[in-house]
Amino acid sequence: MTTTVEDSTTAPHDPTTWQLVVGLEVHVELATATKLFSASANRFGDEPNTNIDPVTLGLPGALPVLNEQAVELAMRIGTALNCTIQPCTFHRKNYFYPDMPKAYQISQYDQPLNVDGHLELPDGTRIGIERAHLEEDTGKSTHVGGTGGRIHGSEYSLIDFNRAGVPLVEIVSRPDIRTAEQARQYVTELRAILLAVGASDAKMEEGSMRVDANVSVHHPGEPLGTRCEIKNVNSVRSLGRAIEYEMRRQIDLLEGGDRIRQETRHWNENDGRTHTLRSKEDADDYRYFLEPDLVPLAPSAEWIERVREAMPLLPAARRKRLADATGVEPDSEAAMVVVDRGQDDYVLAVGHLGGDLGRALVHVKEAYAEQGPEPAVPAQDLALLTNLESDGRLTATQAKTVLAELVANDGGDAEAIAAAKGFEAMDSSALETMVDQAIAANPDVWAKFVGGEGKAMGALVGAVMKASKGQADGRAVTALLNAKRA
Amino acid sequence: MMADDPIPTNDADPAGTTTAFDVAAAVRAGTVTAASLVERDLAAIAAREPELHAFNLVLADRARAEAAAVDALVAAGNDPGPLAGVTVALKDNMCTHGVLTTCSSKILEGWKPPYDATVVTRLRAAGAVVIGKTNLDEFAMGSSTENSAFGPTRNPHDPSRVPGGSSGGSAAAVAAGFSRVSLGSDTGGSIRQPAALCGVVGVKPTYGYVSRYGLVAFASSLDQIGPFTTTVADAALLLDVIGGHDPMDSTSIPQAQPSLLRAIEQDVEGLRVGRITDLPAGADDDVVERLELAFDALRDAGAKIVDVRVPAFSFGLTAYYLIAPAEASSNLARYDGVRYGLRIESPDTNAMYSATREAGFGEEVKRRIMLGTYALSAGYYDAYYGKALKVRRLIADDFDRAYQDADVLLTPASPSVAFPFGSKGDNPLAMYLCDVYTIPTNLAGHPGMSVPFGTGADGLPVGAQILAPALGEPQMFRAAAALERAMTKELAR
Repeated sequence: MTTTVEDSTTAPHDPTTWQLVVGLEVHVELATATKLFSASANRFGDEPNTNIDPVTLGLPGALPVLNEQAVELAMRIGTALNCTIQPCTFHRKNYFYPDMPKAYQISQYDQPLNVDGHLELPDGTRIGIERAHLEEDTGKSTHVGGTGGRIHGSEYSLIDFNRAGVPLVEIVSRPDIRTAEQARQYVTELRAILLAVGASDAKMEEGSMRVDANVSVHHPGEPLGTRCEIKNVNSVRSLGRAIEYEMRRQIDLLEGGDRIRQETRHWNENDGRTHTLRSKEDADDYRYFLEPDLVPLAPSAEWIERVREAMPLLPAARRKRLADATGVEPDSEAAMVVVDRGQDDYVLAVGHLGGDLGRALVHVKEAYAEQGPEPAVPAQDLALLTNLESDGRLTATQAKTVLAELVANDGGDAEAIAAAKGFEAMDSSALETMVDQAIAANPDVWAKFVGGEGKAMGALVGAVMKASKGQADGRAVTALLNAKRA
Repeated sequence: MMADDPIPTNDADPAGTTTAFDVAAAVRAGTVTAASLVERDLAAIAAREPELHAFNLVLADRARAEAAAVDALVAAGNDPGPLAGVTVALKDNMCTHGVLTTCSSKILEGWKPPYDATVVTRLRAAGAVVIGKTNLDEFAMGSSTENSAFGPTRNPHDPSRVPGGSSGGSAAAVAAGFSRVSLGSDTGGSIRQPAALCGVVGVKPTYGYVSRYGLVAFASSLDQIGPFTTTVADAALLLDVIGGHDPMDSTSIPQAQPSLLRAIEQDVEGLRVGRITDLPAGADDDVVERLELAFDALRDAGAKIVDVRVPAFSFGLTAYYLIAPAEASSNLARYDGVRYGLRIESPDTNAMYSATREAGFGEEVKRRIMLGTYALSAGYYDAYYGKALKVRRLIADDFDRAYQDADVLLTPASPSVAFPFGSKGDNPLAMYLCDVYTIPTNLAGHPGMSVPFGTGADGLPVGAQILAPALGEPQMFRAAAALERAMTKELAR
């Protein structure tokens, strides 16, 4: 992935490079028991229009009552994103759409709950968080007939109000993102944080996490370019594609002498392009005003402190902790994957039980993809396996086989499994004999190896493995070969 | 009548039970049945309702059933509650489970709420009997009930005149003896002005005193439910029942309120009654004359009259006609013909929305939706809505200063007595001026009430308005009870 795009020679008036600038707006549905302003269940996948009540339906006379659990989860998000939690208010955002039964959305406007935070990408890059505010979700429309699922031209529309009033937090980043890859990392890291603090299940495919990207390009040192907002991005992968497409589109326009019109664009997964949804001129005038049915919200210092104290270790800290314990880099694949699966505590437990941390990390990363944060294999069992390896009693290949048995049976005695499989640690003299035999049988290869041809090593190890029927420890063979060459 | 017995009884009634206070006492004691009292009220309705049109809906059968249930409780030795057998009429912008709730608008045609407003739940729990839903200016926008989609209500004192509004039906129902008490809603004077014009007691409590849950919103930051009664004690009794915190209304005041029935046991000795020296002019002479007598009466009862200034009072009307329509434009945007109420079938959905709203909303409602949408629009917000909010703040500040010197303020409730139908013509501003004395209180969120204080031109009722600071209901009711006692004396002379 390129971070900047070299200006082509067809734009001789401006020989500098283009810089991509991205800000992300992420909506997440909070994992509350009930809706933001009523007692109806907040549950995905129920029969349409079953989790409804007068407040959800915006019936005349119904009034909203703020859900304390939603505030708490929003505060957790703010705390995890290093925001200041401040006294805040709710506003009405007035617009008319069939899936918004009150014809206004209750949101936060000039005084949001969380402000001025940041999120650190795994490589340490800081992305500023402008705000993370509470608001209610709309219902879900399904437009039947017509094209592309749009309301225009459809025969009829179905509306499910189960989602109406579900609590959302909108997390608005500053325009600090400079590459599509950073955007992907931001969303991935944000998702991990949301899961860690238990604020949301953050599933992009189910819509409980929705990402809009504000994309512009400019020449470094010059004012920011006109931005376009990209909607309908339904996966982290699509986000990267959409940003890259949009960047290219804007650069092409600018280099062709056109200007960018500020507009909202719709990402089409099928053709891999963004399309104009509405221009700024058509933008709604939301006529924001203070929601008179709610009172200002001022979380007490004690509440804020309670939330802070109850913060779990966040993914970045967990990666660092795991990395420090196992000797890998915090942004290494193993650390990222294992922390992402929530299996780092398990790996550390293997260490506490006297197991080999490095081997445990690799095994968990390789073999525990289907396991959750609490793997079925007892940590004690994995610890024993890593120790058998460390002691040279099992080769890496044998260990893998035993591990597969452990995973398949939700644990077991690694030693007994190894014995049952006839795995015996080869004593060193037997191994040496096999190595000597392999050298003797392949004199040309040995000569190449001695001559410094690295590839030749593989052939010799392969020969030993074949002779030992896979029982030999590859590392021990390598060590022996190197010793003999020296 | 003794000062410690502020509850007048009506000797003309054989049962001697016209007030809510007396009805509840008699029904609880088992000396009169709720059923017989409901029949009496239904008979009054049968006699005069065709002429007055106080109701959009009379719930005769339901009322009979509820009364029978109250009587059954008494017969079984149980207490139905402090409003046992008291008939109550509800302004038709309060939700009643399974019963048409229209706001006197065509747009809500056929809509039956699936829930009761909190006030309705509390009334029933106290043994009250809901006898009907009363007429109003459409969505409570107006001061005469002439804006009702179902035709106006007539003033029981002179059917050629308006009962005031917007809670005209509720005021008329109590004045005509159709129900012992009623509830209205007051956004800019919609309880106090019709109370004055119909000669009954009408209270707009402190914002948040009574739950708004189930009150169809007009201007949410101003709307407040309150009672119409024939006596101050009844109003206190009713507020003691319907007031208090409701977890369903976030703006309802969390603290428990002192009993107002208790409060009116205390006289007004030493109470500081403020006269607003810079009150906007415009009240008719007969009204001003009665108000002077009200000051005299309070002074005679031991109160101290003090001069105060509320300079921003006169800006109230202007600020109100930006803030209230702005909120209304948002509150009324949901009426689109899709989920409930009127629908005018049309070739496509957008045409259906337009046709439904065109047919469903009356002129005044459309005017306020337009006004409010404009006031909130980008480019105009600061000049209109934003400025109105600042004025609102000023008014509250000015009141706060005045209340450092006075415990209550006394003003006219309405600039005039009941006016003839059509007399404000097509001039909405002339109609808006009806609320010049009541509106500032709503903007400040303070309580206010109108107490009948004699008659003016053509023998029509005049109301004295008592205002108080937030949660100043106890002293407001004390002053009201004192005026009521003075009137009783005046009438006895």
